[in-house]
Amino acid sequence: MDTSPRIRRVASGLALAGLALAFSTQSLADEMEIRVGYLQWQPDRGPALAQLTPEPEDSGLQGARLAIADNLSTGRFLGQAYHLESVIADSEDALLEALEEMLAEEISMIVMNVPADTLRRAAALGNDQALIFNAGSRDVSLRVSDCSPYLLHTAPSHSMLTDALAQWLNMRRWRSVLLITGPTEGDIAWADAFRRSTDKFALTIVDDKAWTFDADMRRNASAELPLFTQGPDYDVVVVADERNDFGDFVPFNTWLPRPVVGTQGMAPDAWHPAVEAWGAAQLQNRFEKQAERHMTSTDYAAWAAIRSVGEAVTRTESDSMETLREYLLGDEFELAAFKGRPLSFRGWNGQLRQPIPLAHPNSLVAMAPFEGFLHQYTELDTLGYDEPESECRITD
Amino acid sequence: MTLIPKLAALGILFSLSTPLWAASLAYVSNERDNTISVIDMAKLEVIDTIPVGQRPRGILLTPDEEQLYICASDDDTVQILDLATNRIVDTLPSGEDPEQFALHPNGKHLYVANEDDAIVTVIDVETKRVLAQIEVGIEPEGMGVSYDGRWAVNTSETSNMLHWINTETFEIEKNMVIGARPRHVEFTHDDALLWASAEIGGTVHIIDVEALEEIHTIDFRIPGVNQDRVQPVGIQLTSDGRYAFVALGPANHIAVVDAQTFEVLDYLLVGARVWQVALSPDEKTLLTTNGVSGDVSVIDVDKLEVIKTIDVGRFPWGVRITSGSGS
Repeated sequence: MDTSPRIRRVASGLALAGLALAFSTQSLADEMEIRVGYLQWQPDRGPALAQLTPEPEDSGLQGARLAIADNLSTGRFLGQAYHLESVIADSEDALLEALEEMLAEEISMIVMNVPADTLRRAAALGNDQALIFNAGSRDVSLRVSDCSPYLLHTAPSHSMLTDALAQWLNMRRWRSVLLITGPTEGDIAWADAFRRSTDKFALTIVDDKAWTFDADMRRNASAELPLFTQGPDYDVVVVADERNDFGDFVPFNTWLPRPVVGTQGMAPDAWHPAVEAWGAAQLQNRFEKQAERHMTSTDYAAWAAIRSVGEAVTRTESDSMETLREYLLGDEFELAAFKGRPLSFRGWNGQLRQPIPLAHPNSLVAMAPFEGFLHQYTELDTLGYDEPESECRITD
Repeated sequence: MTLIPKLAALGILFSLSTPLWAASLAYVSNERDNTISVIDMAKLEVIDTIPVGQRPRGILLTPDEEQLYICASDDDTVQILDLATNRIVDTLPSGEDPEQFALHPNGKHLYVANEDDAIVTVIDVETKRVLAQIEVGIEPEGMGVSYDGRWAVNTSETSNMLHWINTETFEIEKNMVIGARPRHVEFTHDDALLWASAEIGGTVHIIDVEALEEIHTIDFRIPGVNQDRVQPVGIQLTSDGRYAFVALGPANHIAVVDAQTFEVLDYLLVGARVWQVALSPDEKTLLTTNGVSGDVSVIDVDKLEVIKTIDVGRFPWGVRITSGSGS
């Protein structure tokens, strides 16, 4: 069928609609204009052996952009405009400087994709002048002991990820684990969280090994790994290798014929390109059209942060940071975020509670939490530190 | 050799006689199988499976029940299935990624929600011309037209809105924020109220059409089912104003609601992830599409009981039932 008349028709229709909209939003635009900041600095993670799929440099920023577009297409019907101010800094100092500039310009909603220590400094700097959304750090202590009342987390913590994995291993009854931990701070933090998850979900670590080899595994994996994975029998190998250094070489090279999960193999994360149920296919399509690549977990966390802002603005009809904060941390807030359940923020530490997809590179395996792991309020709080386990009470 | 003309003659006789005692049939779109299952409503059995376009979702019957319109989402088109021959006989220019649609009572204007493009396309089904494209919120999904033809209402899932479109000017007259992820709208038969489901909000919103104001919100609580699994999608209203049936998604239940008091009367257990519902024209039977379990539940409306489960294709989505004749 010839579709060209349709397209022309569309163009004239859109032009008309555009005029009408421009007019109607213009009169309201002065009332509400929400400026959102996006700040990114991630230190160089060092050379990695597996370099097939590096993290895109604009991972996070593209998610923020899409959320602004999503907010705008809702906001235009309500006279609410959104602007994104973004800075990708090349050092921590440059990042904090950019933050100070945003604060001076009275930007009070800021998404940050930075390491935990930088986030602590940023939260101190922002004090009660800006609501900061953490889209880049999984650090547990930021959610358990050193919380900040104006710091929310849309990125899941290490504990949420490892609880999702441990819950699944328990459900599958693969309860004996060989744990291999890489040398970086992130690897160690991931493994610490996983060790805690094994207590919570009744798994046993039969062997706990540190990865110390520095040989190039692309040449030696088949020779080194079978020897390295010898020992007591295990059901599954769990790898903690956040920067993708050696973990991709573990599958199919283990001494025993066993599956590999963790940061490689089947991995828990905030998002995955294979998530397509619950309308997620539409989000993936919109994202891929805009960014010309897949949506990463950091993109998703930045997207969820700015969509949360949009949802709070729509519902409260306010642009006051304090009003929005109160709404976001209250019982009314729920975000439809393509994971099959409404998402909300934990009132005690500002963590966005969310299902965690478990996926291998090309397919979704499962979505935690799983049926049968009970909780008195919401199954989502079976993932990560629950209220009694956290020292934080940011809404008190 | 002589058999063939005889059989052909029989065939003609048969096809001539079918309209006299046509059975009531249900049509079910199978999103992941690219097929339509045909269910004989007397036998409650699948009697045919028809291959159609890619990712069929929303379906509707023309008022004369001679054709079924099918949103073939991944083919970016609306297909027309001729129900006498079960063949695709035509397509309509639907715009990208059509998901749900509604036919104006004039039988000519088809309102299509284009999910990926954030627009509603209005098509004249006779001339196949696109009459208008209306910008709406993100991920337009549900479409409903009032029985008097005055309003077309679209839901946008990510903008959480109802867009009220004037069917004479094709312009939006009112945008209304409701619960999270609105999926489906249904006018009462007297056009006094609009029922709208919010999947993530877990609610159904009742809108006064004259005042364009929400007058009531229905919450659902099913013992033993986690609250965030309660995700309302499809709605059907009986013409006598007695019942509303609401599909509750992964809660795997149909809520039976008193359409006058908005009180939930009962929850009926059906298949996994129940999406859409359809009443038979005599309103004695309700069918539900259960996406994850790949089947259709049959509910006896008088007894409010599930009486049968029928296997169909993978991820059944939409369902429509013909009245048949002589039955």
